[in-house]
Amino acid sequence: MRIIYFASLREAIGCAEETYIPPPATVTVSELIDHLRGRSDVYAAALDSSRMLRVAVNQTYAQPDHILNKDDEVAIFPPVTGG
Amino acid sequence: MARISVQINDFDVAAEIALLRQNDLNIGAIVTFTGTVRDVGGTLDSMTLEHYPGMTEKQLMLIASKAESRWPLLGCTIIHRHGTLVPGDNIVLIVTASAHRGAAFEAAEYLMDYLKSEAPFWKKEVGSSGSRWVEAKVEDDKARSRWKNNPTQ
Repeated sequence: MRIIYFASLREAIGCAEETYIPPPATVTVSELIDHLRGRSDVYAAALDSSRMLRVAVNQTYAQPDHILNKDDEVAIFPPVTGG
Repeated sequence: MARISVQINDFDVAAEIALLRQNDLNIGAIVTFTGTVRDVGGTLDSMTLEHYPGMTEKQLMLIASKAESRWPLLGCTIIHRHGTLVPGDNIVLIVTASAHRGAAFEAAEYLMDYLKSEAPFWKKEVGSSGSRWVEAKVEDDKARSRWKNNPTQ
């Protein structure tokens, strides 16, 4: 699974993109984020539930209960500020 | 079919209007919106726009197709710049064309409201007191949600 971070989240984690193989029981977007939080204090702080985060799977916005596949491109980012 | 461009270079509003019109004499109204880099209080040196290549274009195309299904548009252009910009620079251009002004005005507002809360762009400001990511505004979400409860057609 390819995971991409943008903007302030990319800076907080210190990584733009990584390949991550989640534990086998990982099914949904919210479970993936729970696993990532458990990796280190840096991830836990960056992905803290108090932060507003948006997730896109294969470049389409996805809800926390969205079911993931192992080849998905998952992007996690803060609320957008274009325009 | 809308014209969508995510680009580093500046855009030419007059050239974009001409491209959209293509001598289509059914067009009776053209609305343009240009968003520019502000410098509030003279403290901003530059602004860097990051985006999600691939998703950005898809999302803008989706927003444009929603507008096209909601209003009888005869043309629609969305251009958004990325990279580093300075105060006074253009950021975004919306052009809508229709037979009558109502549809063109409303569609342009709708496109900007959706773009601001759905298109994956992020602004980072660099100024005299350092750099900071611009925070999303609650008003932008409110501006978008008005279109859900108030169908205009």
